Amino acid sequence: MDRTDKLFGITALFDNPDSIINAAKKVVGEGYKKFDVNTPYPLHGMDSAMGLKNSKLGFVTLFFGFSGTAFILLFMYWSMSIDYPMVIGGKPYFALPAFIPITFEFTVLLAALSTVFGMIIAFFNLPFNDHPLHDTAYMKRVSVDRYGLVILADDLLFEENKVRELFLSLGAIEVEKIYYPEKVTYPVFDAKFITFLIIVAAAVSALTYFTLNKFMYMVPYNWMSEQDKVIPQEKSVFFADKFGMREPVEGTVARGFIPYPYMGIAEPKEYLINPVLPTRESIALGKRKFLTFCSPCHGNQADGDSRLRGQFPSPPSLHTQRAIDFPDGRIYHVITNGQNAMPSYAAQVTREERWSIVNYIRVLQRSKNATDEDIKEIKKESSSNVQK
Amino acid sequence: MKEPEITDYPFVDYSREIPVVEGGLTRAEIEQIVAKPMDTKPTKKYLIALTISVSFLLFGAICLAISFYYGVGMWGNDQPVAWGFPIINFVFWVGIGHAGTLISAILFLLRQRWRTGIARFAEAMTIFAVMCAGLFPLIHVGRPWLAGYLIPYPNQHSLWVNFVSPLVWDVFAVSTYFTVSLVFWYTGLIPDFAMLRDRTTSKVKKYIYRIFSLGWRHSNRQWQHYEKAYMILAGLATPLVLSVHTVVSFDFAVAVLPGWHSTIFPPYFVAGAIFSGFAMVVTVLVFVRKVFDLENIITINHLDNMNKVILLTGSMVGYAYGTEFFMAWYSGNPIEQFVFINRAFGPFAWSYWIMVSCNVLFPQLFWFRKIRRSVPVMLVIAILVNVGMWFERFVIVVTSLHRDFLPSSWGTFVPTIFDIGILAGSFGLFFTLVILFTKTLPVVSMSEIKAMSEGAQPSHHGGHE
Repeated sequence: MDRTDKLFGITALFDNPDSIINAAKKVVGEGYKKFDVNTPYPLHGMDSAMGLKNSKLGFVTLFFGFSGTAFILLFMYWSMSIDYPMVIGGKPYFALPAFIPITFEFTVLLAALSTVFGMIIAFFNLPFNDHPLHDTAYMKRVSVDRYGLVILADDLLFEENKVRELFLSLGAIEVEKIYYPEKVTYPVFDAKFITFLIIVAAAVSALTYFTLNKFMYMVPYNWMSEQDKVIPQEKSVFFADKFGMREPVEGTVARGFIPYPYMGIAEPKEYLINPVLPTRESIALGKRKFLTFCSPCHGNQADGDSRLRGQFPSPPSLHTQRAIDFPDGRIYHVITNGQNAMPSYAAQVTREERWSIVNYIRVLQRSKNATDEDIKEIKKESSSNVQK
Repeated sequence: MKEPEITDYPFVDYSREIPVVEGGLTRAEIEQIVAKPMDTKPTKKYLIALTISVSFLLFGAICLAISFYYGVGMWGNDQPVAWGFPIINFVFWVGIGHAGTLISAILFLLRQRWRTGIARFAEAMTIFAVMCAGLFPLIHVGRPWLAGYLIPYPNQHSLWVNFVSPLVWDVFAVSTYFTVSLVFWYTGLIPDFAMLRDRTTSKVKKYIYRIFSLGWRHSNRQWQHYEKAYMILAGLATPLVLSVHTVVSFDFAVAVLPGWHSTIFPPYFVAGAIFSGFAMVVTVLVFVRKVFDLENIITINHLDNMNKVILLTGSMVGYAYGTEFFMAWYSGNPIEQFVFINRAFGPFAWSYWIMVSCNVLFPQLFWFRKIRRSVPVMLVIAILVNVGMWFERFVIVVTSLHRDFLPSSWGTFVPTIFDIGILAGSFGLFFTLVILFTKTLPVVSMSEIKAMSEGAQPSHHGGHE
C-alpha cells in the first residue's frame, strides 16, 4: 500500500509479556485514550492493564438465544396447531415434550450464530482490510512473537516527541511511525468491471435456465414423470395383442349391476314396471338428462325437431298417440336397448336416470297435449301459491 | 524438555504440570513448524495419499450415481431390514463427529490445557465427519434432490414438516451441529489466517488469507471479545454435542421395535460417539504428527490422554451392552429377551461378537501405561475401535429389524457391492478432506499454542491457569 503523509500513530515493539503489560499500564496512567495493544495471542491481565470493561458480548447471545426459543416454539405452535392442525401419534396439537429437541437446537443455533456474527460485525467492526496497521513491519512482527503498542495521532494528548520518549523509556525495542495509506478507489463504471458483470449475469442466467428447464427433467431428476408403468392408450410389450388397456375378464359383473332381461330383443312381449315415482327430484333429474342425451335428436320439447339439421335422420315426435300410449317400460326399453337408428344409451345413463327420463317424457307429453281443464288447474294452483 | 522416563522416579509426581509444548520451542519456531505444510509444495507421498483417497471417493460416487439412476433397489435394503447401510453409516459418521467439539468445547471448559494441540484438528475432523454423515440420510431417501422438503418453508402444498417426528429433530440437530461447529472452527481460525496473511510472500495466498482473516489485527480490543466469544461458544457447544447423538438415538428409541425401544439409548449413544470419535482422532493424528513433524506440539502425552478417554468411554459402552441384556431379562418381556439372545447367538452373532471384542475387550489394554504410550499398538486398537463402532450400529439396525414380533415377517439382510462402495466412498470423502485440510490450513491453532508455550504469559500471572 502506498502511504500518504498523514500520521496515523506511533508504534512500539516490546519483546516480552511483562514489559508490554507494564507499558500498557503506563500509557493508561499518562492519560492516553486512543491506543491499542497488538499481541499474537491474548495476554492474561492485559484487559485490566488497558482499563477495558468486561465484554458485553454475552448479552447478544442471551437476547438472540431467547429470541430463538420464543420464535421456534411459537412457529411450531402456529404451524402444527393453527395453520395446518393434524393429530399425529395421538399427541395434542401443542405437543410440548415433542417440541423440546427442536426448540433447544434452534436456541443454540441462533445464539451461536449471533455471537459470532455480532462479534465480527458489531464488536470488531470487521471486515476491515484497509486499516493503516495492515502491511506494516509492525504488524508482521506482532503477528509472530512480538508485543506491540500503538498510540493514535488523533488522541488529544498526542505529541510525537513525547510519545517516542515514553516508548523508549518503557524499553521498546523498536519505535515506528505509521502513516495513513493512500485511498484506493474502485470505479463502478469501468469498462472491465461492466464486462465482468455482464458475463457473470449471462452465466448465471444460462445456468439457471439449464437447471430449471433441462436438468430437472433429465433422468433421474425427472420428478417421477417417467415411470415403468403402462398409461392409457399406451402399447404394451407384455400382452400378445399389444394393448396396454385391458378389458375385464369375460363374465365379470360390476358392483351394483342389475341385469336387464330384455336386452337385444326388438319388441319384447312384456315390459318392466316403472319403479321410480315421478317426484319433483326425479323429474328435475330426468329433464337434465333428457336435455343432455335426448334433445340433440328429439328436440328440446321432444317434437322430433333435431338440432342436427338433417345430418342425421330425424326421429319421430314423442307426442304422437302411439308414443303416449306406450307403457313406461316400453320407453325405458327403447332407451336401454335402442331402436332402429337409435343406439343403446345404457352406458351413458344409469338405470335410475333412464326411469327419470321416462317420467320427464310423460310430463312433456301431458303439457304438449294439455286440455282446458289442465290450464284451469294450473291457474288455480299458481294463484293460490302466490305469496303475500 | 524431554519427558522423563517413568522408571526414573520411585513414584509419579502428579502435581507436576506436563508442558503442552515440548522441545523448548520459541514462538517463532512454533509458527514455522505449523505453517510449514502451507509454505512448501506437496511431496510425492502426499500426492499418493491424496490419489488413494480420491479413488475411494470416486468409487463411492460411481456407486451412488448407479444407485440414483436405477433406484435404491441396488442396495441390500428390503423388508424387513429397510434401514440398511445408509442409516448405519449416518450414525457411524455422526458419532465420529463428536470428538472434535468435545475436545474444543468440553475440555476447554474443564481447562484441560493439553487440548490446545489437538483441538483444531479434531474440530476439522468433526466438520468433515458431519459432512459425511449429513449425506447419508439424503442418500437413504433415494432422491436427494428433493431434500428441500425437509426444511419448513412456505411451499405450494401449504404443508409444514412434522415437528414431532424424530427424523425432523435429526434434521435440526445435525444441521445445527454442523453450522455451530463450522462457525466455532472458523472463529478459531481467524487469528491464524491473520498470521498466515502476515507471513506469506505469495500474492495469491495473501489475497485469500486477507479475505478469510477479515482484517484481524491481533488487537487486544479484539482479543477481549474474542476470548469471551470462545467461552460462550464452548458453553453453547457443550450441551449441543450431547444433544446431537441423543436426538440420533431417538430415531431408534422412539420406535416400538424390540431392541430399539429403550431409555438407555441416549447416554449409550453419546458415550459410543465420543468413543468412536476419539479413536478416529487418534488414528489420524498418529500419521499427521509424524508426517508434518509435529511431535513436539502433538506430544505422546496428548495421545496418552486421548487413550485414557477411549478407555473410559469404551468401558461405558461395555456397561451399556451389559445393561441392555440385564433390562431384557429383568423386563420379563419374551420378545425383548428373544431379540437379545438372537443378537448374541442368532444368524448375525458374528457381528455382535466383533462389536463386543473391538469395543469392550481391546480398549481395556489401555489400562497399561506402556500400551497407552506405544504408537503402533494404539493405532491398531484405535482402528479396531472404529471397526467395532461401525459394527455396533450394524448390530442395532440389522439384528433388531430382521427378526421382530412376527416370525412370519422375519427376513435377512445381505449388503450389495453398492452398499460397500458407498461406505468406502464416504471414507474417501473424509480422508480427502482431511488430507486437503492438512495442506491448506494450520492443523494446530497457532495463536492458542503460542499462548501455552513457555514464557508466553506475564510472570505475575505465572502458574495461573
